[in-house]
Amino acid sequence: MDTVILLSRLQFAFTIMFHYIFPPLTIGLGIILAYLETRFYLTKKPVFAAACQFWMKIFVLNFGIGVASGIVMEFQFGTNWATYSRFVGDVFGSALAAEGIFAFFLESGFLAVVAFGRQRVSRGFYLFSVYMVALGSIFSSVWIVVANSWQQTPAGHHVVDIMRDSGSGMTPWVIDGIVQRRAEIVNFLDLVFNPSTVQRLSHVLLGCFAVGAFFVLSVSAYFILKNRHQEFARHSINGALVLALISSLGLAINGHTQAQNVYRYQPAKLASFEAHFDTGRADLNLIGWPNEKEERIDFDISIPGGLSFMVFDDLTFSKPVVGLDRFKPEDRPPLLLSYMSWRVMVGIGGLMIIASVLGLYYNWRRTLNDKRWLLWCFVFGIGLVMASNQAGWIGAEVGRQPWIVHPPVVWNEDGSDLVVGADGFYEYQEREGLRTVNAVSPAVNAQEAATSLILFTILYLSLAAVWIFVLDRKIRKGPEEIEITEDGTEHGFQDASSERQHARLSQS
Amino acid sequence: MSYELLCIIWFILLNVLLIGYAILDGFDLGVGFLHPFVAKDDTERRLVMNSIGPLWDGNEVWLVTFGGALFAMFPEAYASIFSAFYLPFVLLLFALIFRAVSLEFRSKRTSPAWRSFWDILFFAGSTLAALLFGVAVGALMQGVAISERGDFLGSMLDLINGFSVVVGLFTVALLAMHGSIYLYMKTEGVLQQRLYGWMKGSWYVYVILFVVVTIWSTMFVPASLQHFRNTPVLWVVPLINVLAIANIMRAIRQERPFYAFISSCLVIAAHIILFSANLFPNLVPAANNAAYNITIFNGASSRLTLTIGLIIVAIGMPLVLSYTSLIYWTFRGKVTLGPDSY
Repeated sequence: MDTVILLSRLQFAFTIMFHYIFPPLTIGLGIILAYLETRFYLTKKPVFAAACQFWMKIFVLNFGIGVASGIVMEFQFGTNWATYSRFVGDVFGSALAAEGIFAFFLESGFLAVVAFGRQRVSRGFYLFSVYMVALGSIFSSVWIVVANSWQQTPAGHHVVDIMRDSGSGMTPWVIDGIVQRRAEIVNFLDLVFNPSTVQRLSHVLLGCFAVGAFFVLSVSAYFILKNRHQEFARHSINGALVLALISSLGLAINGHTQAQNVYRYQPAKLASFEAHFDTGRADLNLIGWPNEKEERIDFDISIPGGLSFMVFDDLTFSKPVVGLDRFKPEDRPPLLLSYMSWRVMVGIGGLMIIASVLGLYYNWRRTLNDKRWLLWCFVFGIGLVMASNQAGWIGAEVGRQPWIVHPPVVWNEDGSDLVVGADGFYEYQEREGLRTVNAVSPAVNAQEAATSLILFTILYLSLAAVWIFVLDRKIRKGPEEIEITEDGTEHGFQDASSERQHARLSQS
Repeated sequence: MSYELLCIIWFILLNVLLIGYAILDGFDLGVGFLHPFVAKDDTERRLVMNSIGPLWDGNEVWLVTFGGALFAMFPEAYASIFSAFYLPFVLLLFALIFRAVSLEFRSKRTSPAWRSFWDILFFAGSTLAALLFGVAVGALMQGVAISERGDFLGSMLDLINGFSVVVGLFTVALLAMHGSIYLYMKTEGVLQQRLYGWMKGSWYVYVILFVVVTIWSTMFVPASLQHFRNTPVLWVVPLINVLAIANIMRAIRQERPFYAFISSCLVIAAHIILFSANLFPNLVPAANNAAYNITIFNGASSRLTLTIGLIIVAIGMPLVLSYTSLIYWTFRGKVTLGPDSY
């Protein structure tokens, strides 16, 4: 069973990280598409249509892989995490179903018009379709983040015994002496707006916008460096730099308040992020390496009292912060992974702010084209931005361990410390949560789990290689000129029907 | 509204989602199966692929929504079925990924080797997906051995037997027929004439397998007839089914492909209703102990979740249907190749 748990966790981590390459790109590019198509609609300048067309092709490519790798995630809850699915289905499933009905249909339907329908619909309807695609891709992030936030900070539900007809009325369902339980909805709105939904959703969306902005910056900077498609690159870079700065700054501000929220509801997670072992005044560690055995940070360079300030906005730098010593060893998240992913995310976030400020400054001085070192930073920066997105999620999910559904945390009356037992440790209410080790499918054996993991690894690595290859060619080719006729419709039915004639001729 | 009624409504809604998926993505999968056989050169292959180009991912959303709804409304069944069919479903996911990426990647280079590679994956992905859907249906009809908690006790080989494989082949034939009628409507010229033969041929194969599956299930899968004895009105469904099958050939002969297409949609819907009627009220029949059956009542979510789900559907479904029809209307008519095509 231990092997199955390990393999299932590896498989989930691997498949979700692969999947999460694509949604941030489509969500971020959706905003860019909406902006460019609006400019085209208002100005009728062909450069905007060409730019929109170029990003749209990349959007479609990413969307296709995103959809296919997304179905894997939906199936995987059932295939590998059956016990979890039974426990959370009543609350988690409705969010997933809502996502399908409200977001995916909208996105995929209108994407068909955007990708294939420029010649088939009016300009106004085309613009509307672009908006709907952007909206649909944003919606698609809403419900899954709601569901994930519920796992972090559950609300609007209660955990109940499953009742079964035992012949003499409904009684709790007991198997091998264990009462079977599950979470059930009590209040849908409390579930949707659980204590972390709004914070986390804002953070996720800002992260996606940053990916979109830095992706556009990367490609545009490449064109400027290679002295190609200058007009296109200039137009793209102006908007992208603004979006990059807004989203990076937003991430920092929102990240600060979100960390405070994490401390309130998941203190063990924040303590692991910061490798904060001893409850009390907390330093903000800048450089170091956590030493789990001796419960300290090696090579430690810290701001004294810095974490106390960050958690409580406390100007005295002295308020006590609950540390890992409040939790039993088996209730602590994996330390090194939480600590490192948190640092990678925050560190890259800082670089993003610096890069976008510099970019905007030089762009304003009209000297950006001469700053080749900065342009090269932008070309490869997208890799770091995506790594930052991934690291954020690793921190969020690893920091939640050992729980798959985190139980609520009880604070003392003035909220300064946890209510601890006689042994000095915080006692989680086991009944209210679900441990990851208890969540896997009993029906799956190690051989099956290993087979699927190996197959997924091979498939996804080859897909990633082909994707990068195709994307690279597409970017190198650059945007294509779009002919605009006098009434503002490009290509138009004439071209379409001549293509059709051609298709007919080549058949016969 | 009583809790039992809510469960039954959700069972019906799941059928609606499944029928929607099978009809819409059904022709996509059928087109994928026919792709290497009916298209002889690159232009024809592109025409075949572009006939489903703007539609396939929207069609696949029906499966996503079906999966989400099953998870939300009948979590016990979702967890048991998906973990029982572990490797077959992993393969199914691979098949759907192959189908998706071969559509996206094929057009990105012109080299014949590149295109042939994605052609093969497109065919293999579509065919494997159809086959596995059928195998899963066939295995579920016979019931599976599960523990009291609903966890599968057998191995993958228990799921793959004569009956489930025949249902798998039957599904491939059905979707090939469905797809060929769809392609016939979307194409013209030589390609369309070639499809005429495929429509007829796949109809004959389908009818033979239909007879085999019907006899096999009525004689050897005892559960399949019980509801017809108790509720004779159900006989309407197989009646419509048979009439629709006959009408497909009639419409093909009269060269009225749209009527044939409507009939084959009816056939697909009838098959799914028959499958559900044979399961009802079970979602997962336990072959080892009927007391362990996961039914639509003991496997359902709470009353509040079922009600919230209904509200979501009431708001969402009209929207979904309106933009689905909008998209199909936008892309009506014969498929053509333009600058945006795959």
